[in-house]
Amino acid sequence: MNAPAPPLALLAELTHRCPLRCPYCSNPLELERASGELDTDTWLRVFGEAADMGVLQVHFSGGEPTVRKDLERLVAACGALGIYTNLITSGVLLDEGRIAALAGAGLEHVQLSFQDSEEAGGDRIGGYKGGHAKKVEVARLVRKAGLALTLNMVVHRQNLHHLEDMIELAVALDAHRVEIAHVQYYGWGLKNRAALIPTRAQLEEATAVVEAARERLKGVLVFDYVVPDYYARRPKSCMGGWGRQFLNIMPSGKVLPCHAAETIPGLRFDSVRDRPLDEIWETSDAFQRFRGTGWMPEPCRSCDRREIDWGGCRCQAFALTGDAARTDPACELSSDHRHIVELAQTESDRAPPPFVYRHLGAGEPRAEPALSEEAVPGAGRS
Amino acid sequence: MNAGVAIDEGSVPRFQPHMKLRFDKKRERWTILAPERLFLPDEIALEILQRCDGVATIGAIVDALAAKFDAPRDVIMDDVKKLVQDFAEKGVLKT
Repeated sequence: MNAPAPPLALLAELTHRCPLRCPYCSNPLELERASGELDTDTWLRVFGEAADMGVLQVHFSGGEPTVRKDLERLVAACGALGIYTNLITSGVLLDEGRIAALAGAGLEHVQLSFQDSEEAGGDRIGGYKGGHAKKVEVARLVRKAGLALTLNMVVHRQNLHHLEDMIELAVALDAHRVEIAHVQYYGWGLKNRAALIPTRAQLEEATAVVEAARERLKGVLVFDYVVPDYYARRPKSCMGGWGRQFLNIMPSGKVLPCHAAETIPGLRFDSVRDRPLDEIWETSDAFQRFRGTGWMPEPCRSCDRREIDWGGCRCQAFALTGDAARTDPACELSSDHRHIVELAQTESDRAPPPFVYRHLGAGEPRAEPALSEEAVPGAGRS
Repeated sequence: MNAGVAIDEGSVPRFQPHMKLRFDKKRERWTILAPERLFLPDEIALEILQRCDGVATIGAIVDALAAKFDAPRDVIMDDVKKLVQDFAEKGVLKT
């Protein structure tokens, strides 16, 4: 078998520590403690290996990556290797001095998350008092430092009514780009799905708002829009295909094809503590398992979109059906599709339950698929 | 506020500071690195983009390309304006 093409981008999850407690956090339920994090020298070695492999972009993420005091060093090292650097941050730990230091280290872009367009909602959803006001201040400081800014707005049934205001906020804060991302249902998001999933009508209204704003703000604001899978007709090209373009390094050093891959039981992940990154990319069990099209069942295997969406999302297939090698239920050609549409409708029509905020020590690995028969009375799988 | 998009012969296109045109040695191709994406310019786009240095006007870029490719100025003008407009809307260039 030929060696796979090298990855384009690397997500460096430097830490799982974060002051915010968002109920849709993409981190696993079992969070890594500070004592288990990779040290500076290991990260520096890994970035060198990544550049040699052909990685063009590093996204510094977490958790909240700015809790790491060595962030400036890591950014500068990537810059020296010719790698494009992006900081994905909640912003709440940043101040003018730190932003200047990061800009001085050569940081090329900041992606700042917002939980809502206004304080009450933002602080409630993020589970952090004073967070929203701090983010507004940090956005201004980022622009003042001359850094490019994307606002990342994660949207769901509890803040979609503010979507127009969120877009206005991005314009007012002089962002270059806004990412309107519907919650994806893995990890904490899956745990809180009933509290977050919008109705189909809410989704359609949101899509219309984004499309109108995109047209109106051409040349002012670049839009990225991520729709929720459950109402889709075809699955997303998750990560641009398993092990095709992207790799994710966890705080502990484990290397994953995507941030949720650990939810799939039976995959073996290698660590940068034990093996060089190129070897892991080319031969690790976790990367090989769903790479390409050979693993696909029907109807994926003979589908003319098999090299467009690469079979959608393996973590979602597992989360919803208990079988990671099954057709992604987001695809309407899946025999499970009707089931998840009904599930989405049932959950989004009910009053939302309270959030389960992200917290340390939630960590029993999920053994059962999260799509219970109970949630959709009478819906059988054909 | 970011600049809106209005391109004419006197416009001076330049890269947004966070957009990086770099040669990818591993894959032997030019790439524009952008937040969470990259653009792969074709040969003609590259000829134009490499001249978007924040000094040259659209008119000067067109003159240079007309000379290099021995092609009618109005045809090139059309291509250059379209490309600059397109990349400005994508947030890659500003004028």
